[in-house]
Amino acid sequence: MSQIAPAPSLSVPASPTRTRARRSGARGKWPVIILFLPPALVLFTLFVILPMGEAAWYSFFNWNGYGLPTQWVGWKNYELIFRQGAFRNALVNNGLIIVASICIQIPLALWLATMVTKHIKGALVFRLIFFLPYVLADVAAGMIWRFVYDGEFGLVANIAKFFGQASPFWLADKDVAFYAVLAVIVWKYFGFHMMLFIAGLQAIDKSVLEAADIDGATGWQKFMKVTLPLLGSTVRLSVFFAVVGSLQLFDMIMPLTGGGPSNSTQTLVTFLYSFGVMRMQVGFGSAVGVVLFVICVSLAFSYKRIFMRND
Amino acid sequence: MTDTAPPINAASAPTSGRSLGVRTKTYLYAALLIVAAVVLVPLITTALGGFKTLGDLRGNAFGLPQTWMVSNYTDILVSQRYWLQMGNSLLIAGLTVFLVLTLAAMAAFVFAHVRFFGSEHLLNYFLIGLMFPAATAILPLFIRIRDLGLLDTYWGVVLPQTAFGLGMSILLFRNYFRGMPSELFDAAFVDGAGYFRFFWHITLPLSRPIIATVGIISFVGSWNSYILPLIMLNSESKYPWPLGIMVYRGEFSTDWQLILAFITLTITPTIVVFFAAQKHIIAGLTAGAVK
Repeated sequence: MSQIAPAPSLSVPASPTRTRARRSGARGKWPVIILFLPPALVLFTLFVILPMGEAAWYSFFNWNGYGLPTQWVGWKNYELIFRQGAFRNALVNNGLIIVASICIQIPLALWLATMVTKHIKGALVFRLIFFLPYVLADVAAGMIWRFVYDGEFGLVANIAKFFGQASPFWLADKDVAFYAVLAVIVWKYFGFHMMLFIAGLQAIDKSVLEAADIDGATGWQKFMKVTLPLLGSTVRLSVFFAVVGSLQLFDMIMPLTGGGPSNSTQTLVTFLYSFGVMRMQVGFGSAVGVVLFVICVSLAFSYKRIFMRND
Repeated sequence: MTDTAPPINAASAPTSGRSLGVRTKTYLYAALLIVAAVVLVPLITTALGGFKTLGDLRGNAFGLPQTWMVSNYTDILVSQRYWLQMGNSLLIAGLTVFLVLTLAAMAAFVFAHVRFFGSEHLLNYFLIGLMFPAATAILPLFIRIRDLGLLDTYWGVVLPQTAFGLGMSILLFRNYFRGMPSELFDAAFVDGAGYFRFFWHITLPLSRPIIATVGIISFVGSWNSYILPLIMLNSESKYPWPLGIMVYRGEFSTDWQLILAFITLTITPTIVVFFAAQKHIIAGLTAGAVK
């Protein structure tokens, strides 16, 4: 499940309702501040903010995590990262996941959302079924699809056998494995995006569509000229989640391919894990973390500034 | 239905006033059924595969088992490891939910009702946590947990998980608290209630929907989480089920029938709870998004 939100209003505007607190709360506001804030503040600082700062510091050392970091190497870890083929694969893969989400997953989710919001029997059951993969753990989904793709016992092997073909070992083929992984990503997450679109569709004022009906618009015209423009903010939100999800994809890759074969299915986080954590290269791994952080934050800010300005 | 999400499940939400023709309807159902099959076939064949022999699986992955190997399942169900892993996951998720709810509700209450110097900056400080995943700082986190002596303890997983959940949870709570009618607040103060009594006797009892939402988000996140336990825990006796599944697969590498039975049993609780409380779960999991 995504732990990241769509960078919700990063600056919180003061609202006029604030005055009520100031008026009546003059007495005794400090006890509540002193008792209620610090627990969250300490935990958050200790386990979110400080580690991020430390990652930046450690990234300039060659360090195995024991003792104190002493071997200062400057920007060398960063140079190493960008020289790694596996890292370039990871970057490209993360990009491709985003592209696939935008080109395949989101249209699919929107299409299904328009269908299951129609007045048909069983619409609710279909919604539940489509949402089901999203509730499953990524690890479980990855494991299930590892079985589906298994060249000897899996579903794909059985289908191939049925047609008298040799069993393909997709996950072991470095030219195919990543596309197989992409399919699992779409399978796992389209239902979530569909739910976003259902919410968006239900927020549309029905009278607008009725007006289009009266004007004699066809179903397609109504969709293109009325529904889609009104769903703009949902589409942007959906893309945002696809980006964020891509950048933290890890759990599903591990049971499927572990980043292999030949690093062809690495993502930024699996790269960090295999090259930083597994080898206890704290400096190098931290540098990867910093790169990931910079990508996340700059995408969050620019996306919010450019596309979600009016939402 | 919670206040934080639109009625996603409302059964009647026609996008078109016209009733559909028979032909359109047929195409519609055909499309929906195909997608439903793509979703369900991997799940159903996994569950069925758990009842098969390995030889059966090789040529008959789609069909019903030739002989029902119920023992594949019962052997796991009487084993200690399955229940241990479920228990570990439940304990870690329970602790995480409790901590997130407590800490986030308290902090959000301050942000919603008390104004003090720097309060807005402090709220923005918490929202920084929404912008990057725990993976970015995983190595320094590991070192911090190690230096605190919490490696290979449940707390080594629970504390970072809670900390990374705080940003979102505080935001959801704060928005909800601020949406409550301000007359409540004024009335309570006129009656001489302080902040603490207001929090305990008025805010919390009125916040059940948002408590459910935040609770569900934290619970599902923790129940399914993999990377933090993977890095913080060493002893198998403390593994939550996503780690356990990976170990199990390592042990029985090609005995797919056993692995499939194990997967099925580990995801069964999720599926049962999902169908039992689907309304709340869907609303909860999309709430953070839609808000």
